[in-house]
Amino acid sequence: MTKKRNFSLLSHRAGAAFLAPAAALVGVFVLLPFFWVIFVSFTNRTLLGKTALSPDFVGLQNYFQLFDPATFFTRGQFGFSLILTTQFVLLSALVGQALLGLLLAWLMQTIPPALKRIVETAVIAAWILPEVVIGFAWFAFLDYDNGTLNMILRGLGLPAGDFLLQQPFWVIVIFNTWRGAAFSMMLFNSAFASIPPSYFQAADVAGASSWQKFRDIGLPLIRGHVVTDLILITMWTFNVFTPFILTNGGPSYRTELLSIYNYRIAFREFDFGKGAAVGVIIMLINLIFALIYLSFGRKKAKAVEE
Amino acid sequence: MASVEFQNVTKTFGTFNAVSDISFKVADGEFICLLGPSGCGKTTSLRMIAGLETPSSGKIMIGPDDVTHLHPKDRQISMVFQDYALYPHMNLADNIAYPLKVRGESVEKRHKRAKEVADVLKIGDLLNRLPSQISGGQQQRTSLARALVYPSRVYLFDEPLSNLDAKLRLEARGFLNHLQRDMGMTAVYVTHDQAEAMALATRIAVMDRGRIVQFAPPIEIYRRPATTFVANFVGNPPMNMIPVEGTIEGERLQLRAHGVLVRDLPISSGIKAALGKGAGLTLGVRPEHLSMGTINDVNMVSGKLFANENMGPEKLVTFERQDGGRVTARIFTDDAVETSENVAFTFDGAHATLFDAEGNRIPADGEMPL
Amino acid sequence: MRLSFPQLLARIGFSALAAIIGILFALPLIWFIFAPFNARAELGIAIPDPWTLQNFLTVFGNGFAMRGLLNSLIQSVGGVILVAAAATLAAYALSRSSIPGKSIVTYVLLLFSSVVSGTAAMVPIFLIVSSVGLMDTHIAVILVFAGGLLPTAMFILRDFIDGIPKTYEESAMVAGASPVQAFFDVALPVIRPGIVVVVVWAFVNIWGSFLIPFILLRSDDLMPSSVAIYSFYSEAGTPIVTLLAAYSLIYSLPVVALYLFVSWKFGFRFFGGIKA
Repeated sequence: MTKKRNFSLLSHRAGAAFLAPAAALVGVFVLLPFFWVIFVSFTNRTLLGKTALSPDFVGLQNYFQLFDPATFFTRGQFGFSLILTTQFVLLSALVGQALLGLLLAWLMQTIPPALKRIVETAVIAAWILPEVVIGFAWFAFLDYDNGTLNMILRGLGLPAGDFLLQQPFWVIVIFNTWRGAAFSMMLFNSAFASIPPSYFQAADVAGASSWQKFRDIGLPLIRGHVVTDLILITMWTFNVFTPFILTNGGPSYRTELLSIYNYRIAFREFDFGKGAAVGVIIMLINLIFALIYLSFGRKKAKAVEE
Repeated sequence: MASVEFQNVTKTFGTFNAVSDISFKVADGEFICLLGPSGCGKTTSLRMIAGLETPSSGKIMIGPDDVTHLHPKDRQISMVFQDYALYPHMNLADNIAYPLKVRGESVEKRHKRAKEVADVLKIGDLLNRLPSQISGGQQQRTSLARALVYPSRVYLFDEPLSNLDAKLRLEARGFLNHLQRDMGMTAVYVTHDQAEAMALATRIAVMDRGRIVQFAPPIEIYRRPATTFVANFVGNPPMNMIPVEGTIEGERLQLRAHGVLVRDLPISSGIKAALGKGAGLTLGVRPEHLSMGTINDVNMVSGKLFANENMGPEKLVTFERQDGGRVTARIFTDDAVETSENVAFTFDGAHATLFDAEGNRIPADGEMPL
Repeated sequence: MRLSFPQLLARIGFSALAAIIGILFALPLIWFIFAPFNARAELGIAIPDPWTLQNFLTVFGNGFAMRGLLNSLIQSVGGVILVAAAATLAAYALSRSSIPGKSIVTYVLLLFSSVVSGTAAMVPIFLIVSSVGLMDTHIAVILVFAGGLLPTAMFILRDFIDGIPKTYEESAMVAGASPVQAFFDVALPVIRPGIVVVVVWAFVNIWGSFLIPFILLRSDDLMPSSVAIYSFYSEAGTPIVTLLAAYSLIYSLPVVALYLFVSWKFGFRFFGGIKA
């Protein structure tokens, strides 16, 4: 008797074979690191020396160090980086990228196509060019003596400044807003494009202003996209390493985001155990955002089904 | 060519019974239509013949072979899909010849054969085009050509004409009918369009909620619908259904709608049995069997004029009876329909169908041959 | 359509605002149009005086920098091939097979791929690579990128494949094709536009990335451009502006070319999560 099996385009065996390469790669370089980093965070493993080969189990010691109340808020310590990163995410992602992206996407709906293409190209260029190139462009742009920014400021009769030294935090906030606004713009662009034009035409006929159309029709209809955008850019900004190329975390740790702090602990001070502990905390925070995002995505999928 | 047989086939998706225990046989050379509303199980049945779904229980035979668990590629069948499934990256020649390619035929041989079939279908000049560069009707013929290009035991059609506009659909329907006469192919054809089924099939299987309600030649389906469901589904406009109360007066059965006598006929054995299930019967009359009459005629229905539609060769006159039910008559005369409020129509008793309380047709004694 | 006066005014206002934002975005980049062709080192925007191609010649003469471009190419192409091949197969299986638990697999993948960022996992990735003895090799960089980019690539492709009617493969199988034939003859060519998107996305990501090769590589002759670019700093740590600008321009060209290709071919409609 033939074995009873339901027909499908790809048999279970073939399906498993198709999944195998991806499963192996994701398993080794995504799943394994997740568990390994937890394990390492409970040891005093270092890059060099005796504890590189035979690390000791130290329990929660790395975590106690990170959360030591005596130094928690000191520059160059974990707490300082955590708070700095939170401010960085709030200002450059939630306020900067999202609002600027939304404004750009809305403007794109009404401006002439030629202008739209030029503006879009500039915004997207900031987003897709390699990070070291971007970092160097900004380094030149902000140079005190000859940089373009100070050239313009002097030309306008305004005081020039050495912003990388004086306002490093605001520099990386503006830098990250500039670098990442393209994603929000494109997401909102496609969201607006998915609204039937007749909705806006009906509002035109009723005599609505541009602002009223945005507030009463555009914004409510892309609410779902706004939430998606906010969560995604929050996660990415929280993990971003690019400001390192511009500021190296300095001056004197004033732009040392968690990612950069993690790098310094692990690869400059060679303390893998403590670096791993930082990694675990970053992942925990990522996990919270991911769960919010996924539960939201599921709700949306359910709503579509119903 | 070969026969196709379903033996107690059931298909469930989770808890949903798509097909419930159906059995039927398609003889070699027959053109069968599976007809029914969406969700009735007709497409699932077709896909089980193709091997694209596996029955949950039961057996499917093609010719002498049990194919229930055979892979589609090993069934020697052809299928035309509703969306045509033309490969967008291949030109028409390669699309049509694809079945020959997987059979290992040489390039020249398969292009020669593709050209032959394409010529028959009048797309021979388009063989270098891509599917996106031809019209919907041409796409439909291409998908047909791909099904005809290789020898096949059974031809399966999944609503192949539903994406065409009305005029092209008639043309393609005529061509399929011609092809069937020419080739004598065994075909199973799924459609929800009763006119298509009537035009093409040697027999129609009317399906409802996973079961076959009636399996018979088109003329029998039309004239003697087995149930009120079939009567409603076949014919356009559908059969008029008039709820009536049946009472026995001596040797005769009298049918009254809202107290008004509409029909009086001799009692048959079938009627006696049917009345045991309840006195609430349904009288079915096709629109073309109604003609204008006067209030005092027998076999009469009347009411207030509701709509009067001119269709060219005929008129469709709809009126509303006392109980609010509507009746449509198809009138073939050029006579002007009375514009007065009240109209009366008589119907031919021999063509009226009576259904029992459960909706099953009551056979008359000594029914005339179809 | 005729516009009323206030509408016209609003439209001009919007255009002006968009133009200003566009200029602000372009400002830090305009420098790249001039500086590489300038014989003199200028950090600000300045018309080259005199115009020269000498900077490019010098860069082409720098073996380490040229080697960097080649290394970038090796790592990007290697990673892209691996990501595209593995993601296509896996996405096809997730879309077309009825393997039990595939929706759970998808959910777990989505969760982990967003939780395990390069930033959080740099320590264990370093340890895994060094424990299998792949430290300081191209293959290490390629594998780590492939693993990291795969989940997103799989979602993009699964979405794409889910949108393709199954009747393509079904019709092929009814016509006599085996599942393997149906996949290569019919499914794969139809999926190709989706694969192109993934290829471009993965290439841009690996080509521009700095952290992973910076951590995993030690030898100068393996460094990709993102790291090799630092050879244009003087001993004292100050940049050699002219050469850096010229090299940056060369290094950016593939990304710009791909952007132009995608916007010509697809109208540049990258969707969610396209650049993590």
